[in-house]
Amino acid sequence: MALLSIDHLSISFGGLAAVYNLSMEIEQGALYGLIGPNGAGKTTVFNLLTGVYKPKEGLIRLDGQDITGLAPAQISAAGIARTFQNIRLFRALSVIDNVKVGLHESFPYSTLAGVLRLPSFRKQEQAIDDRAMEILEIFKLGEQRDLLAANLPYGAQRKLEIARALATKPKLLLLDEPAAGMNPGETQELMDTIRYIRDELGLTVLLIEHDMRLVSGICEQLTVLNFGRMLAQGETKQVLQDPEVIKAYLGE
Amino acid sequence: MLNTIRRKYGFYIVIVLFWLLMTLLKSAGALSSHFASLLVPMTYYAIAAVALNLCVGILGELSIGHAGFMCIGAFSGAIFSLLTKEALPGALRFFLAFLVGIALAALFGFLIGIPVLRLKGDYLAIVTLAFGEIIKNILQAVYFGVDSKGVHLALDMTDFTLEPDGLTLIKGPQGVSGTPRDSSFTVGIIVLLLALVLVHHLMDSRDGRAIMAIRDNRIAAEATGIHVTRYKMLAFTLSAAIAGAAGVLFSHNVTTMTNITNYFNYNASIMLLVYVVLGGIGNINGSVVAAMILYLLPEMMRGLQRYRMLIYAIVLILMMLFNWSPALVEKRRKAVAWLKNKLPGRGKGVA
Amino acid sequence: MSFLNYLINGLSLGSVYAIIALGYTMVYGIAKMLNFAHGDIIMVGSYIVYSAMSMAGMHPAIAILIAMVGCMVLGVVTERVAYRPLRGASSSLAVLITAIGVSYLLQNIALLVFGADTKAFTSVINWKGITLFDGELQIRGTTIITIAVGLLVLFGLQAFIHRTKSGQAMLAVAQDRGAATLCGIDVNKTIAITFAIGSSLAAVAGVLFCSTYPTITPYIGSMPGIKAFVAAVFGGIGSIPGAMIGGLTLGVIEILSRTYISSQLSEAIVFAILIVVLLVKPTGLLGKRVMEKV
Repeated sequence: MALLSIDHLSISFGGLAAVYNLSMEIEQGALYGLIGPNGAGKTTVFNLLTGVYKPKEGLIRLDGQDITGLAPAQISAAGIARTFQNIRLFRALSVIDNVKVGLHESFPYSTLAGVLRLPSFRKQEQAIDDRAMEILEIFKLGEQRDLLAANLPYGAQRKLEIARALATKPKLLLLDEPAAGMNPGETQELMDTIRYIRDELGLTVLLIEHDMRLVSGICEQLTVLNFGRMLAQGETKQVLQDPEVIKAYLGE
Repeated sequence: MLNTIRRKYGFYIVIVLFWLLMTLLKSAGALSSHFASLLVPMTYYAIAAVALNLCVGILGELSIGHAGFMCIGAFSGAIFSLLTKEALPGALRFFLAFLVGIALAALFGFLIGIPVLRLKGDYLAIVTLAFGEIIKNILQAVYFGVDSKGVHLALDMTDFTLEPDGLTLIKGPQGVSGTPRDSSFTVGIIVLLLALVLVHHLMDSRDGRAIMAIRDNRIAAEATGIHVTRYKMLAFTLSAAIAGAAGVLFSHNVTTMTNITNYFNYNASIMLLVYVVLGGIGNINGSVVAAMILYLLPEMMRGLQRYRMLIYAIVLILMMLFNWSPALVEKRRKAVAWLKNKLPGRGKGVA
Repeated sequence: MSFLNYLINGLSLGSVYAIIALGYTMVYGIAKMLNFAHGDIIMVGSYIVYSAMSMAGMHPAIAILIAMVGCMVLGVVTERVAYRPLRGASSSLAVLITAIGVSYLLQNIALLVFGADTKAFTSVINWKGITLFDGELQIRGTTIITIAVGLLVLFGLQAFIHRTKSGQAMLAVAQDRGAATLCGIDVNKTIAITFAIGSSLAAVAGVLFCSTYPTITPYIGSMPGIKAFVAAVFGGIGSIPGAMIGGLTLGVIEILSRTYISSQLSEAIVFAILIVVLLVKPTGLLGKRVMEKV
């Protein structure tokens, strides 16, 4: 059974169908790409998957569980984490605290324990700190742990967003244009990290990307969106050679 | 190690030293009676400023109604003390009055938070203002008392008659009188320290991180699994509760609360906001310092009489311009960099 | 008949709120700031008219004109000196607190110049008003003129905004300051014009308010100011017809609840209704909802 299955998903804004009748299935452990021209509705799909928008029609299932229309926090608990196209960090928090927010649900000591500094607080905070450092080290951000997130360079901010997403222990990781604004060296490093996340941490990754080098480099399967509708779907190589897809990207 | 202690406990030590100094000066008779009478108000305004900063700086929601929560704490604490004046020993009664005032302010914070926190930005601010004014307005209009026949509540003096054994608790615009003067500078400092420890510990825990994450980016916080409503409610309710504690100190210091409009209207809320902004939004210790200094400032200028509020207003405007104007901030930054370059031994060319 | 009378009184008070709210809403919409000193401009306007009429013995029309010009200058100067330097500050609270400082400043200057005692304001309107239905319904001249001025201001402002270049510039700045700058609009000038108009309207509102409630103290501006702010939010802040509707509704609610429910609780009722409106429609009656882009 697929980890994520999207069934006839539709949403419209002001009468305009942003996503229409979209179906796709992502297998456990897949590296899946969602591509398409600007305004095709890719980010809208992410917003539907993470509960920012409620779909007008359709069904979303994660690991067999129906998550259609759940609130964002519930979807996070169900196992989907994401990054944002326009980076959304907790800017006034330190780098490590950004990750610690992601660990929030995994270490649920009570408010009282926190305020009174009970043993459960001390024990769990230690574990939170250790775990957060482990995650930061994956992205080589350990040394910047006490820096404010807002003061990180751009590329590091994108990495920190992924680190924060990983901290929520997701089954499925959604990356919205992770390579945007990165130079070729940084993009290469990012590709390695994404592969590491899939191979070593066993996550399933769905990503939106315009950088074709990254898409063809790591995505095994693709869905192409155009005007909110599915244009092509399948193995990366075949999809990228599809004349319809080329037409949509390059125009007539 | 010393650094950690200084960072973590430094401010508490400063407050304790301040308490010690004032207490010594007072017992030595070195403080004027006017100045001595300002010590308790300083503590409750500092506490109220800490409460408001939790809401404005940590939760990131502008409230212009916090005087309302202070008002609830003041009235409920005072009423409790009036009812138990004979029955309970002073210290226990005052302690319980705190619990009552805090609990009621927290309850109102919770109830008001449910609708208010759905709104955003300035709309939230105006609704908190509205709630603050409603609380003040109602408490100013009601007559409330108890007698052998039970509880009496009226909106009009003519409808309000008690049995001879009755006890008037709220007497319309004349408010509450006869509250025991239980507040002291020492109690004020203790409550202030407790409030500070509470807020600092909260900020430095998973709940605090969640609250600040919501402030920085609500959408990302939700996507990261934070239950936004729950944590907004937590912060807002706690903030109201702390303001309630300040209110209990208030009513047990002034003992007679007549014409409460002057103490608990939106101007009072705004004054608290001034403390918070000048002390630094999100800087809890800063709020304490700002509240104490800014409360003292006009009081100490009583000699200047007619001019003191005028001077206060000008100082306020100038301080805001100096602290926040982007052009001035930039100039200051450059001046600091220039100084650093000029200082011998430090000329590392800091840009 | 008495209901009708109260209703008309409510509309009259509402017109005053509406005129103040128009100033609030324009400044908020265009400069994106809550000008807490706006209410005190009303007070300044009233004192100017009072001084000109009672002390210098001028004709009311001239007195009002002087007050409008005086408040206009005051509005523009405070904007230039106290608010403009804070544009682009890292927190929007900075300018809010500064406005509070300006409010204190104006109140205390008035206190020094005129003292704390209440001054009796001679109404600028001498017209007795009209009597209808054989004396059953009496409408005071002040009431009629207040409502008329309110409507005049509304239509005048609408025409100004939609028909003149400065008005169009205001709309542009309100929508997107950056884009307006790129289109060659002088944002500073536009905001200064907004303050000029808002402040001179406050002078008008002050005269009308004091003609109905003929006393002046240094603090009279603060409560109508805050209620006008509520009215602006009520109608949907940033919207000019919204401010008008909000002001009128608020005035009517206030007078009716004072008459029929409780005079002590009328303020609480006004604020409670505001809360209900905002909960049902979080952006006010005519406010537009802007969806957050993710």
